[in-house]
Amino acid sequence: MSEAVVSTRIRLARNLKEYPFPIRLGADQAREIVDRVGEALKDSELKFHRVDLDAIPETIRVSMIERHLVSPDFISQKEGRAVYLSDDNTVSIMVNEEDHIRLQVIRDGFELNEAFAVADKVDNILSKKLNFAFHERLGYLTQCPTNLGTGMRASVMLHLPALEMSGVVNRIGANLSKLGLTMRGLYGESTKPTGAFFQLSNQVTLGISEKAAIENLQNITTQLIAQEMRTRENLLNDIEIQDRIHRALGTLKSALLMDHSEAMRLLSLVRLGVSEKKLETLSADSIDKLIVEIQPASIMTRYGEDMSPRERDQKRAEILRARFE
Amino acid sequence: MLCQHCQKNEATTVVKTMINGKYAEYRLCPACAHELGYDAMFPDFSADFGGLLSSFFSNALPAISGATHCQSCGSTLNDIRRTGKVGCADCYDTFFSELMPTIRNVHGNTEHKGKRPGAIEYTVNEEPSSDTASKKQDKDKTLQALRDELKQAIESENFERAAQLRDRIKGLEG
Repeated sequence: MSEAVVSTRIRLARNLKEYPFPIRLGADQAREIVDRVGEALKDSELKFHRVDLDAIPETIRVSMIERHLVSPDFISQKEGRAVYLSDDNTVSIMVNEEDHIRLQVIRDGFELNEAFAVADKVDNILSKKLNFAFHERLGYLTQCPTNLGTGMRASVMLHLPALEMSGVVNRIGANLSKLGLTMRGLYGESTKPTGAFFQLSNQVTLGISEKAAIENLQNITTQLIAQEMRTRENLLNDIEIQDRIHRALGTLKSALLMDHSEAMRLLSLVRLGVSEKKLETLSADSIDKLIVEIQPASIMTRYGEDMSPRERDQKRAEILRARFE
Repeated sequence: MLCQHCQKNEATTVVKTMINGKYAEYRLCPACAHELGYDAMFPDFSADFGGLLSSFFSNALPAISGATHCQSCGSTLNDIRRTGKVGCADCYDTFFSELMPTIRNVHGNTEHKGKRPGAIEYTVNEEPSSDTASKKQDKDKTLQALRDELKQAIESENFERAAQLRDRIKGLEG
C-alpha cells in the first residue's frame, strides 16, 4: 500500500496451564516447556529450528534483536530460554520470555491480515498438543494482566519522517492512547524512536476481538499514512529539505566513519527521498535491509566479535559506501 | 517560526496547554522543549510498567477473597503487587476480586472477545455469511463438534472443561 509501512507484526502470548508463569518457573520446568513446544511444532507444515539462548554467543543474541526475531527482554536471561525460528525467519516462537510462548509473525509491508492468518494457524497447531491457560471471562491468561484476553499485539513499523520533521508526531502520541493504540521506537518496548521509525500497536487486548483490534489498527495506520503523505508533499517543495536529502546521500557515499545514530538519520532521509522519487539510488526495500545490516551486533556477527566501536564505525561507513556507490 | 522561549532557534515543538480553562499554544525549539520538560514524546511507558502496575495494584481494594496465597504456585497478593506479574493461571481465580480493578483500569473491559482454544477454528478473514441457511448449517456443525467434545470431556473426567462446554452449548442453542 505504501512505502511508509516498513513491516507488519503479529504477536500472540500463550501459557501452558500445567506450569506456573515464567516468574515462578523452575529451571527444569522451563526446559520441559521448551521441549514440549518443539514437540508440538513437529506437526506444522512450516519447519522450525531451535536456538537455545545459552548455546550461542552474545553478539548473535543481540543481532537477533536487531533483526526483530526476539525482544530485548528475552535475552536478558539465558537459562531455560529458547527460540524456534521458521526457516525463512518470518515466524519466531520465544519460549519462556514474559509468557511461556510468544509467537510472532513478521512480514514486509502492510499485511496485517496475512500475518494474523499465519499466526493463527501456528497457534492452532500448538493448541492441539498444548493445553493453554484460558479463562471464560478473561480469555488467554498471561503473566502480565496487560496482555489478557486475546494475548495479541498487532503492530506496524512506520517510517514517518515528514510527520516527525513537522513536529506532528509529538502531538499524536497522546491521542493514540485514547484509541487503544500505542506508539514506540524501532525495537519495541522501552526504545526511543530513531530515524523516524515508529512502531504502532494495539494496547488493549481484553474485550476486543483479534479482528476488531486489527481493523482498528489498520484504519488508524491508513489515516496516519495519508497525513504523512500530505505533509511530505509540502515539505519536499522546500529546497532546504531537498538539500538535506541530497547531502545525506552524499555523506553515505563518502564518509570514512559512521556511527549508528548518524547512519540511521541519514538512511531515513534517503529513504524519504527515494520513496518520493526525488533521489535515484537503492530502493526503499534495500534500505530497510541495509538498516538491519548496519546495526552494531549484526556487524560484529559478520565481521568479528572483538571489534571496537571505532572499528565498527569504520566498517559501517565501508558497507554504506559500497552499497550506495 | 522562532522559539517563543529563547527567541533564537527554529521552533519544532508545539505545546498545547489548558490552564484554568484557558487554552494556550507555545512553539519551542528542541533545546527549550527539553529544558522545559516537553520532549518526552513517548514517555517510556513499558520501562516503568511494572511500577505502574504495582501502583495500580496497591490502589486496588483490600483482599476480599480472604485468600492469603495461591494454592498452586504459592504467590501472595503482595508478590503480585510488588512485581506487577501474576504467578500462575490459578492466581487469576484465587485473587479474582483483587485483580479485577486493575484489569478494568488497564483494558476498560473485563469480558474476553475473540479466539478461544479448542474445536472451533477462527480466522480473521472470515466473511460474514449472508445466507442464513448456511449459517444454520455452520451452527449445527459447531454444536455437533461441541457435543462430541463434551462427551469426550465427561468420559475423560475433565469436568471443568465439560462445564465450560455445557455452557457454550446452552448459549448456542439459545
